[in-house]
Amino acid sequence: MQKITREMLIEKAAALIAEGKVNRVLGWKNGEFSYDVTPALFESVEEMQKDFVFGDFCGANFSKYLVKEAKKDGAVLVFLKPCDTYSFNQLLTEHRFDREKVYAVGIPCEGMIDVNKIKLSIGDGLLSIASEGDTVKVETLYDGVKELNRNEVLSERCLNCKSKKHVAYDELIGEDGEVIDSNRFDEVEKLEKMSADERFAFWQNELSKCIRCNACRDVCPACTCEKCVFDNPNSGVENKAAANSFEERMFHIIRAFHVAGRCTDCGECSRVCPQHIPLHLLNRKFIKDINSFYGDYQAGEEVGSRAPLVNYTKEDIEPCDAVKGDE
Amino acid sequence: MTDLREALIPTVCEITDVRSDTPDVKTFRVLTLDGKKPFIHKPGQCAMLSMPGVGEALFSITSSPTNTEYVEFSIKKCGCVTEWIHGAEVGQQITVRGPYGNGFPVETEFKGKDMLFIAGGIGLAPVRSVINYVRDNRANYGKVDIVYGSRSKEDLVHYQEIINEWMTDPSINVHLTIDREQENWDGHVGFVPNFVKEVAEKFDEEKKAKTTAVLCGPPIMIKFTLQGLSEIGFSKEQIYTTLELRMKCAIGKCGRCNVGSKYVCKDGPVFRMDQLDALPDEY
Amino acid sequence: MKKVLLANSSALFNAIKENATLYIPVDLEKGRVAYKKYADGMVMSDALKTDRSAKDFFFPQTENLMEFKVDGKNIEVIDTRSENEDFVVFGVRACDVRSLEVLDKVFLAEPVDTYYKNRREHGVIVSMACSRPTETCFCGTFGIDAANPQGDIECYKTADAFYLDAKTEKGKALLEKIAPVLEDADDTAVNEQKAEIKKILDKLPLKDLSAEKFGKDKTDEFFNSPEWKNLSESCLGCGTCTFVCPTCQCYDIKDFKTNTGVQRYRCWDSCMYSDFTKMSAGQPRLTQLERFRQRFMHKLVYFPTNNDGMFSCVGCGRCVSKCPISMNIVKVMKTLGGKE
Repeated sequence: MQKITREMLIEKAAALIAEGKVNRVLGWKNGEFSYDVTPALFESVEEMQKDFVFGDFCGANFSKYLVKEAKKDGAVLVFLKPCDTYSFNQLLTEHRFDREKVYAVGIPCEGMIDVNKIKLSIGDGLLSIASEGDTVKVETLYDGVKELNRNEVLSERCLNCKSKKHVAYDELIGEDGEVIDSNRFDEVEKLEKMSADERFAFWQNELSKCIRCNACRDVCPACTCEKCVFDNPNSGVENKAAANSFEERMFHIIRAFHVAGRCTDCGECSRVCPQHIPLHLLNRKFIKDINSFYGDYQAGEEVGSRAPLVNYTKEDIEPCDAVKGDE
Repeated sequence: MTDLREALIPTVCEITDVRSDTPDVKTFRVLTLDGKKPFIHKPGQCAMLSMPGVGEALFSITSSPTNTEYVEFSIKKCGCVTEWIHGAEVGQQITVRGPYGNGFPVETEFKGKDMLFIAGGIGLAPVRSVINYVRDNRANYGKVDIVYGSRSKEDLVHYQEIINEWMTDPSINVHLTIDREQENWDGHVGFVPNFVKEVAEKFDEEKKAKTTAVLCGPPIMIKFTLQGLSEIGFSKEQIYTTLELRMKCAIGKCGRCNVGSKYVCKDGPVFRMDQLDALPDEY
Repeated sequence: MKKVLLANSSALFNAIKENATLYIPVDLEKGRVAYKKYADGMVMSDALKTDRSAKDFFFPQTENLMEFKVDGKNIEVIDTRSENEDFVVFGVRACDVRSLEVLDKVFLAEPVDTYYKNRREHGVIVSMACSRPTETCFCGTFGIDAANPQGDIECYKTADAFYLDAKTEKGKALLEKIAPVLEDADDTAVNEQKAEIKKILDKLPLKDLSAEKFGKDKTDEFFNSPEWKNLSESCLGCGTCTFVCPTCQCYDIKDFKTNTGVQRYRCWDSCMYSDFTKMSAGQPRLTQLERFRQRFMHKLVYFPTNNDGMFSCVGCGRCVSKCPISMNIVKVMKTLGGKE
C-alpha cells in the first residue's frame, strides 16, 4: 500500500485551496510530543506547512466537527480515514451537516497507535515515537531507544478494524481497501458467556470508574443533540456526578440505547475515556444483537439507509423472541 | 452549633407574608421560626433561599436593614426555584442562608451625597433596600431622586409603597415611567434611560457633581442609561450597579460567578462603574 | 531522617495502619493506578502518578452536605457532618502536594469550608520524591521541586529503603507513633537521589516552559488575545481536564430526592460545561471560547491575582495526557507567549 505522507496531504490541500474548492482544512496539528496531536483548522497552506501532521496518532474522527464547520462560510476540506467515513455518512443520514459545504478526501489508514499501550510496555518518559514499517521506535528518557512491534501497540479499535473501505469521499488518495471480516464481536461474546451476575459485576466495576466528564458523549458522532437530556436542568436526570451508583450506570446505558442502530463503531468513546472504560463494548453488543435479529446492518455504510430499529418489516423478530434469543 | 456562613447549611425560616406586586413578582416576608430576623444585612446584599428538593437560589434582600422586624425578598417568577416560591403560602417554611456580598457603601461613599436611584422592573428589589435605608437615615444624605420604570403600571413593583410612602415624602422626588401608554396612567411614558437623562439634565453642575447614582435593571437598560448619564457629564466613579450571575455557594468557592478575577458573590454584587469597566466584558 | 528497608515495607504500612486509615497507590489493570485503602499484602505502585489526584481525599467528586425532611409546610435540616477519621495518604508527588496548598487558598479562606477543613485536619500527607518524572511533567514551571516534595512527611524511595523526614507537627507525631519500625538514617542516600532527580529534571522536554509572562493582574494582556479562538476551536467541551486536575475546585450543589427525604450534595463541576454559568436570565459565556478561556485565565491569571501570585496549575501533566484532543495548558502557555 502506498504510504500516505504529510506532504501528499498538504499538496492536495494546496491544490484544492488554489482551485477555490475549499477555503480551509480540518486536519491534525503537531503537539509537544509525537502523540499529542490536536484536531485543528488550517486556513492556509503556510499554516499547514508549519503545523500539519499525519501519522500514527491521528486517530481523532473529524466527522462530528463538520456539524459546526459546515455552518461557516465556504467549503471545508476534511481528511477521512475509512472508519471516519461511516460516521460521515451517518451524520448525513441524520441531516446533521450540509454535504455541499464539505470536500472529503479519503485517505487509507494502517491503524493508529495507542500511546497508552506504549506506556504500558515501556513505561514513562517517551521523548519521541516514530514507526518504520512494522516497527515502532521509541526514544525514551530512561532506557535509550526501544523498538516495539507496531501491531502490538495498535489501538484496540484498529486491531479490530471493520473496514479499510471508504464509504464516502469526493476523492481518494491512494487505493481503497476492503470491508474486513474482523473479530470485533469476540469480546462481546466473552461478556455474553458470563452469568448475569458476573456481567453485572463486570459493568459495575467498569462504570464505577466513570467521572462523568462526558468526553464519550462529547466526542461521539452519534451524539449530536442540540441539547443533551443530561445537560437539561429540567429533565430531572441532569447530573454532573452520580448521587448514587445507579445513576452512573444510567448515564451510560441511556447513552448506549440512544445511539443504538446509529453507532458506527468508530471507537472514539473508548479512545477518549480518561478512565479507560471499554464503552465501545456496550455499543458493540447492540450492533451484534441488531445483526443477529434483523440481519447484518452497518450504520453509516450508505447515506439514507433505514436502520432496522426505525424500520418495520413483517419479518422483524418479535420482541419476546429477541429477549429469548439473548438468554 | 453550625456556623451559618461556613457550612452551606441553612437555617429554616418561615414565610410570614406574601404580597403580589405584579403579575410575575411577589414579595415574601421571612422570619426565623422564633419570629426574628434571620440576619442583619447591608443594603444591596443577597441571601440564598431554598426549598429542599427544588433547589437553592440567590436573591437580593429588598427590605432595608433599618427594618427591625423582618426581611423581605421581591422575587420574579423565572425558573424552577422562583416558580416554587411563587406557589408558597404564608406558613410555608423555607431555608435561608446569608447575607452575602458587599452591599452598597451607604455608610461611607454615599454619605452626604445627593442620591439618584434608577431602577427598571424587578431591578427595584435591591435599590428599594437602599432607598428605605436612606429615608430612615435622612440626615446623612442630600437630595434624593428616584427614577423607576416598568413595562406597564401593573409591572411596577412595590407600587403601593411608592405612592403611599415615597411620593408623599416631601424630601424625595419620585419619577415613574412606563414603556407604553395605557388607560388610567397619566404619568410619564417612555423608557428609563431617556427619562433618566431628562430628569438629570435639569440638575445644575454643582448638583451633578455631588450626585451618586445607583442603577439596577436589565442589561440593556443599564447600557443605555450609562450612555445617557455619561453624555450629561456623570463620571463612572459616580455610578454604582449590582450584578447577577449564576451562583451555587455564594461564598466565593464554587467558582462560577467570577468576572475576571472578581467574584460577584463576595467582591460584588455591587460594583462602581469604573471598577466594572476594569473587568473583562463577560457578565 | 528515618528509614525503613523496603523489605520491611509491610511493617511500615501496618504500623501506620494501626494509627490511621492508610491509602497507598496501587497498580490496577491496564496501567491504571489508584489510591486504595491499605490491606495486608498490598504492593505499592511505583507509577509516577495516580490517575486521579490526592484531591479526591479532601474534595471528593460527590459528597453529601446535609439532609432535609420535608413534612407539609415544615422543613427539618439534618446536619450529617461528622468528625472525619484520621487518615494517611502515602506517596503523594510534589505536584499533588502543592495542589493541596492551592485548594487550601480556596476552601480555608473565610468563610471556611468545614467539610474540607475537617478532612484536611485529619489527613496526613506522606509525599514521595519523583525519581522518574515523565515527559508531561512541568512542575518546575511553577517553582515546585520534585526532589523536595514537602508534605507532612517527605519520603524518598531508594533501591533498598524508604527514607522519611517529618516536615510538620502532624508528620512528627505520626513518625513518633510508628517509631518502632523506623531506623535512624543519615541523608547520604537521599542527597544522592536528589542529585539524580535534578539531572533528570534538566532533561525533561518541558523544562523550559515559563510562567513568567503570566500571573497577577495580567487580565488585560491575555483576555482579548486572538489566540483563544484557535486554541479553543476543537475543544469538545468535556470535563476531562477539570476532573483529572488536582487544583480544579469548582462545584455544583444539587438536591437529590431519596425515599425518606432530600439529600443536598455537592459534586465537581466544570467551567468547560455549557450550563456552568447558564441562568434563566442569560448566559455570560456563550461559546466554548469563553469557557475555555475561563479555565486557563483562572489558573494563570485570576488565581494568582487573588492569591499573591500563586498559580493554580502544578504541572502534574494529567490534562496533557488525558485530554481527548490533546489541547492543554502547555500549548496554551506556549501559544499565548510563554514560549521558552
